[in-house]
Amino acid sequence: MNSTRPYDEMRAADGSIRPHYRAHAEWLAEKPEDFLPQKQREANALYTRQGITFAVYGDESGTERSIPFDIIPRIIRPAAWKIINDGACQRVRALNAFLKDVYHGQEIIKAGLIPAAQVTGNPAYRPEMQGMKVPGDVYVHIAGVDIVKTDDGQFFVLEDNLRTPSGVSYMLENRKMMMRLFPDLFGRMPVAPIDHYTDVLLENLRAVAPDHASHPTVVVMTPGSYNSAYFEHAFLAQQMGVELVEGEDLFVANDIVYMRTTEGPQRVDVIYRRIDDDYLDPLAFRPDSTLGVPGIFAAYRAGNVTLANAIGTGVADDKSTYLYVPQMIEFYLGEKPIISNVPTYMLSKPDDLAYTLAHLPELVVKEVQGSGGYGMLVGPTSTKEQIAEFRKRIEQNPANYIAQPTLALSTCPTFCDSDILPRHVDLRPYVLSGKTVTLVPGGLTRVALREGSLVVNSSQGGGTKDTWVLEDN
Amino acid sequence: MLSRQANNLYWMSRQIERAENTARLLDVTYRMSLLPYRITDSEQAWAEPWALPLVINGLASDYYDSNPGPLTSDKVLRFMVLDSTNPSSIYSLMHAARENGRSMRGVMTAEMYEDLNAMWLELRGRSEVALNQGGINEFFEWIKTQSHQFRGVTFGTMLRDEAYQFIRLGTFMERADNTVRLLDVKYHTLLPSPAEVGGAVDYYQWSAMLRSVSALSSYRRIYRDVITPTRVAELLILREDLPRSLHACMNEIYEILRGLCRRDSMEPERLAGELHAQLHFGRVEQVMETGLHEYLMEFLEKLHSLNDELNDHFLAPVYDHYGKNTLGRTQNQGA
Repeated sequence: MNSTRPYDEMRAADGSIRPHYRAHAEWLAEKPEDFLPQKQREANALYTRQGITFAVYGDESGTERSIPFDIIPRIIRPAAWKIINDGACQRVRALNAFLKDVYHGQEIIKAGLIPAAQVTGNPAYRPEMQGMKVPGDVYVHIAGVDIVKTDDGQFFVLEDNLRTPSGVSYMLENRKMMMRLFPDLFGRMPVAPIDHYTDVLLENLRAVAPDHASHPTVVVMTPGSYNSAYFEHAFLAQQMGVELVEGEDLFVANDIVYMRTTEGPQRVDVIYRRIDDDYLDPLAFRPDSTLGVPGIFAAYRAGNVTLANAIGTGVADDKSTYLYVPQMIEFYLGEKPIISNVPTYMLSKPDDLAYTLAHLPELVVKEVQGSGGYGMLVGPTSTKEQIAEFRKRIEQNPANYIAQPTLALSTCPTFCDSDILPRHVDLRPYVLSGKTVTLVPGGLTRVALREGSLVVNSSQGGGTKDTWVLEDN
Repeated sequence: MLSRQANNLYWMSRQIERAENTARLLDVTYRMSLLPYRITDSEQAWAEPWALPLVINGLASDYYDSNPGPLTSDKVLRFMVLDSTNPSSIYSLMHAARENGRSMRGVMTAEMYEDLNAMWLELRGRSEVALNQGGINEFFEWIKTQSHQFRGVTFGTMLRDEAYQFIRLGTFMERADNTVRLLDVKYHTLLPSPAEVGGAVDYYQWSAMLRSVSALSSYRRIYRDVITPTRVAELLILREDLPRSLHACMNEIYEILRGLCRRDSMEPERLAGELHAQLHFGRVEQVMETGLHEYLMEFLEKLHSLNDELNDHFLAPVYDHYGKNTLGRTQNQGA
């Protein structure tokens, strides 16, 4: 797989520019030589000045950094977008149905498609949610589905993020930045707009309010300003025109959630919470949590407030449940998966474990519950020592890991210092569920800025790009 | 709006205002220390001009804890400007203001946040060496300009909503507090021996103090006469046309609270109204009869009560489990 050149999204094998990149290439050819470096500096300065930053855990020196932004857009053809759009929505519909099933009749277990232990033995499974009805049967209001491309029309889902997926603020800010830097380019290319994301989000959140609320009060809940995604929480609250609350802003009286305001207590109906299940309510979950609100789970169970996403969605998005998503799609929707899974080895199975240990240098190994690019091994780009060290960790607890073949992720042209070079990318579109399941035409393209690197996470030296879905015209 | 947000905004503007006032005070202290009339041989320990900023801000003991040995201008400046361990240094105040603002960016306009952030980034980049090379005056001017600019951006861009009112409230509460302290310390620690009243030293001290609140030229335009303590008291306490006087501050505070207070939260408005009336209908003769120090201390106490009421009603209310405000006295340290 590594012997062939990865799929280049801009250039065909013969070196010619692909049709959907031509307008951009022609436009760039008209510009003077120092145009891109100057624009890149301008972008960096603007991001720093605007304070669009993320925090890096474990980095004592400076807890805030600007996320590297690349000024060359990733361009997606309408036909390719249709696959992404339909495939991501299909997946989220199936995952929602799965969650409803898990917390009610568990038909999929009875049908023998998923082992019971995979569900009820999962640390992210919440027995407290069993039998509880959530408004509209929506569990996953916001999902981030990570998709990679390996060839023309050939996509894979890497993982589903169903808890508190982040990054959408960068999708929106990157577009604003591009329109500020290159307004003339938008006149030449039919780029689909994405600015209405927060409108759709707010509409969906209002649609899942408890019945009592005719004019629902929606809030965004953050763990606080030291959280790595705090900028995004504030951004979303501001864009939707709703309050950004922390745990201490809320209190529960008679199973009703209120926020402390300058005009006295005000009832809250829908909480878009960006705080993990574990920390939400010290009375129901981790008793040492100071970020949550005592009694909020009781209010939730009483149907007096809606949480988005619902509690217990993690049971559907860990890397060992991932394996079963194609079956879910067939079981609940009666459809064939539009986007495939990456073949996955479950190291809890002896055969898969043996195969994996014998082929570590060519595989990617991930923790079942891991995220953010932490705790993973990319075989082909790792040293012998790193592989040996990781082998020990696997052997200690095989069930904690899955392995996948190393995909030849597609590359996009990326501005590196002075040259435009191919760099590996993935894509996270954000699927919104309320009355309907939709996504805005775009997503967050993450790019591995180091040559040859396949890890796109911002915490691991990744950057972002604006993602342009071209409209049919 | 959320109480926590109101609290953050209130303290953000107090901290910026306090940083500005500190810069003004240090600037004046610096000018005074250059005068030929330094009264270094005075019997009063506090006559050393570099002790003034410490006394006014109630930081003398904190300073001596971390700076043993004789008091020097360099040490006081370092302590009051760039010392990150001193929570009242300009550096710490600006940092706190920016942190308060950072968590409030959803409520502010983009221009306001960018301005605040740029101010912090530049301050963080100013090392002690650069400070000495660039000149301390330039630095104080820069701080004042930043404060003016942020106030201007706020005034020029922000929706006139509750958030705006709490920002303004913080500015004037802090400014009133500063004017009281400044007047009181001048009265107590700088008053030279009776023989020197009306003399050159007295003149320079009073004029320096007026300059620190940008009131010297206003004094001259209004009185067109020598500087006397009574007139200074009248100007800084009772004249409502001087923007840093107590009367001017209370005009703003009372107006803001008339808009913010509701039927179940009248106490802050009542208290502000009482303070305002005292200034609006007061005469300077009364002030001097009461004694300037006594008058100021009583005022400061009421100002602190008002701050407590703001906490109970707006900034940090505590509710019992029926959702009722306990109106208990809460300790608010600021953020």
